[in-house]
Amino acid sequence: MQTPAPFEYERATSVEGAIASLERLGPEARIIAGGHSLLPMMKLRLANPEHLIDINDLDELSYIREEDGEIRIGALTRHVHLLQSELLRRWYPVFAEAETVIADPVVRNRGTIGGSLCQADAAEDLSAVCSAVKARAVIRGTAGERVVSMGKFHVGPYQTAVGAGEMLTEVRLPMRPGGGSAHEKVERRAGDFAIAASSAAVWIDGGVITDVGLALSAVGPITVHVTRAEELLRGKAPSEELFAAAGEIASADCSPTADGRGPVDYKRHLAGALTKRALRRATAGALRQEA
Amino acid sequence: MQVTITVNGVPVTRDIEPRLLLVHFIRETPGLTGTHWGCDTSNCGACVVLMDDKPIKSCTQLAVMSEGHDIRTVESLEVDGRLDPVQQGFHEKHALQCGFCTPGMLMTSRALLDENPDPTDHDIRTAISGAICRCTGYQNIVAAVRWAAEHPAVEKQEV
Repeated sequence: MQTPAPFEYERATSVEGAIASLERLGPEARIIAGGHSLLPMMKLRLANPEHLIDINDLDELSYIREEDGEIRIGALTRHVHLLQSELLRRWYPVFAEAETVIADPVVRNRGTIGGSLCQADAAEDLSAVCSAVKARAVIRGTAGERVVSMGKFHVGPYQTAVGAGEMLTEVRLPMRPGGGSAHEKVERRAGDFAIAASSAAVWIDGGVITDVGLALSAVGPITVHVTRAEELLRGKAPSEELFAAAGEIASADCSPTADGRGPVDYKRHLAGALTKRALRRATAGALRQEA
Repeated sequence: MQVTITVNGVPVTRDIEPRLLLVHFIRETPGLTGTHWGCDTSNCGACVVLMDDKPIKSCTQLAVMSEGHDIRTVESLEVDGRLDPVQQGFHEKHALQCGFCTPGMLMTSRALLDENPDPTDHDIRTAISGAICRCTGYQNIVAAVRWAAEHPAVEKQEV
């Protein structure tokens, strides 16, 4: 039987209360939301929090809405709602594409965007998606709020910029016209973690790529931001040759390890091929927006 | 700590450790062993129950997190000897062999039909993609859920 080690439990009734509890209880306290990352880690003793603060009652953290020219997603928003959101589908189809291949529908009823990002598992899809679309994370503590880019959010394997006494409360996505996005993943079986996955977001104006975000899952110790490929693409007219060159950079710049899901050369090959495909489809989406 | 969880409409109160998983709470306290404890890793779907009408994996939910919520287990499907259409469908279409995955399959299917009364085979396969059957190859399970969708009135039939 797999059971977590003993811990103290409390149910938060407000965001302020949850943050106050985190502050009071110190670094051995953890937030629990859907629990589909944290509980498996606790069963395996890979995580051993002494206190769990349950935020499932905090409905004020569950929303997807437009505000101040951004899409704002509450940290407690569940995968199922990310999959169903019309607003997200219109602006960032990459979310629905990724969500259909994240675990299974029953798990998606519980797991949350905040939990996925804070787990900071390099093999998890949403971290790459959020990186590609240039999301920013809102982190709140007793001292107030700060907003960090995804590049600064993931600081190491299973490590984020969220400090002791702080919690992730919101994810913000830019709303810029002329954008397209796509997620490409290869997995061993339905609902599994990726062998490799690539997320791409492309913005086009006047037939030229004005901005691009590219990130990879499962091929490095943390989510891989393919910045060299982004630099290559920016300012150029999209073409198959360009996508192929970006794919080669993705293949070279990731750092996969061999495991049960495949050897290094296979994963590098996938990183390149999936990047090319994701760019191709994201660009097609952006061109449709522009037209 | 003392918790009260509503299981199949009945409030169940018990003093538990916070680390107790919902699947064990259901099986031990009201003694409803229809909910199966399978892989323990949220992969197999044998432990699926409905929480506030949504299917969840009860091996990856602390019992204490379920306080104040309505839990429905496979035992709630049959009422006064009348089978739920999904149960009848599994019977009609021979959708089980060993039966271990069946409680989770039934609850997952029930939730699907509550939300989408006329699912395509693809919808059904997607809905049960988090539930693993090692006997049947899924053909008969999909046929059973289709059968249930086509016979919603069978609910009132004598068994």
